[in-house]
Amino acid sequence: MAEFWDGYALPGLWIAAKIGALLIPLLLSVAYLTWFERKVMAAMQLRMGPNVVGPWGLWQPFADALKMVVKETIIPTKANPGLFLLAPMLTFMLALIAWAVMPVGDGLVISNVNVGVLYLFAISSLGVYGIVIAGWASNSRYAFLGALRSAAQMVSYEVSMGFVIICVLLCVGSLNLSDIVRAQETVWFVFPLLPMAVVFFISTLAETNRHPFDLPEAESELVAGHLVEYSAMTFGLFFLGEYANMILMSGMTTILFLGGWLPPIDIAPLNWIPGPIWFVLKISALLFVFVWVRATFPRYRYDQLMRLGWKVFLPLSLFWVVLTAGVLVAFGWAPGAEG
Amino acid sequence: MQALLAEYLPILVFMAIAAGLAMAFIGASWFAGRQKPDAEKLSPYECGFDTFSDARHEFDVRFYLVAILFIIFDIEVAFLFPWAVTLGQLGMFGFWSMVAFLGVLTVGFVYEWKKGALEWE
Repeated sequence: MAEFWDGYALPGLWIAAKIGALLIPLLLSVAYLTWFERKVMAAMQLRMGPNVVGPWGLWQPFADALKMVVKETIIPTKANPGLFLLAPMLTFMLALIAWAVMPVGDGLVISNVNVGVLYLFAISSLGVYGIVIAGWASNSRYAFLGALRSAAQMVSYEVSMGFVIICVLLCVGSLNLSDIVRAQETVWFVFPLLPMAVVFFISTLAETNRHPFDLPEAESELVAGHLVEYSAMTFGLFFLGEYANMILMSGMTTILFLGGWLPPIDIAPLNWIPGPIWFVLKISALLFVFVWVRATFPRYRYDQLMRLGWKVFLPLSLFWVVLTAGVLVAFGWAPGAEG
Repeated sequence: MQALLAEYLPILVFMAIAAGLAMAFIGASWFAGRQKPDAEKLSPYECGFDTFSDARHEFDVRFYLVAILFIIFDIEVAFLFPWAVTLGQLGMFGFWSMVAFLGVLTVGFVYEWKKGALEWE
């Protein structure tokens, strides 16, 4: 009995506790990101934004959640019910489980796997499945077209994201996310790799189907794309998944380019602030830019979107991989090089 | 082996919790909301018309082309991962062999660009 308790139950509970400690703040942030987005957009457009439910509209996310829960779950007669329900669950799950390898502070990570970057890359690629399955299972024209567009868009930007990640890996020499952050103790990668950081950030906008690349759900032509047949919590999970993905992508950008949990400069008042707070601050700053972009830019046309992905970002990032590797090898700066 | 498994166990637990959470959300809404379906409500949305035909019909071949190109370049990225991590030990030889490989790929990329595979008018 004691062996069972020490060998399985306690470690299991410890893991569950750690996951809970990450998931609860994460889900709360997702809820408040929707509030934050509406407030910031309202301020940019000289409106009030939500201000009725609670002080400054702070209970609005919960009111929205409650409304979504008590709506009717509609499964269209022509749809494939199993796949139709699987798609939102998959989207939501994938947006959450990627956090298993994210280091929020020094050593504060649920699973410090050696191939963290690969895991993140794989999970974010799988996001396409949720949308394609939704579009197919709905058996509706708008959903089908939206899913096709979305899949093509996401895979296009995925390629340049991959090359950008390679650039960072060349400078680090490890796939472990904590090692990537530690490698930025002297200088954040955003400075030597600035063009790649910009490419990466724009690609994350396209990956999360956000403005100005929100063609899959372009209201004026496709109604809501793959979301058109969804209602109640099946829609809610897509919605939560999309916002969780925004936070995840900002977290990835923070880790790869903005030094994760590290303070901007390692001096007295700044390094008293604990690492997770820096991490959250950087993510919040990036999320603000997400909203700012949404309030500022008009939507891209589909051919412009594909042109940007394949004819600008792909050649640029491919060139930058060769350039980075060349500089590192020529000067003997590559990590692990002798001499 | 044991240590490796211990590293991945939390991910497995995380997946189980996330799946449970997703099912709980949908389940809660299924029971909390009043379910009152009728034929019109359950028909696919098509701007107020009855649906003309099945939604699953042929689509533009360019989407397929993009998917093929994606596979080529994504495999390339996967191929670059181990090279990027060990570049320090590979040195000059490792660098130039990868440049040669990327050069071959670039030729292919230029060809498909000139062929118009990337055009969306």
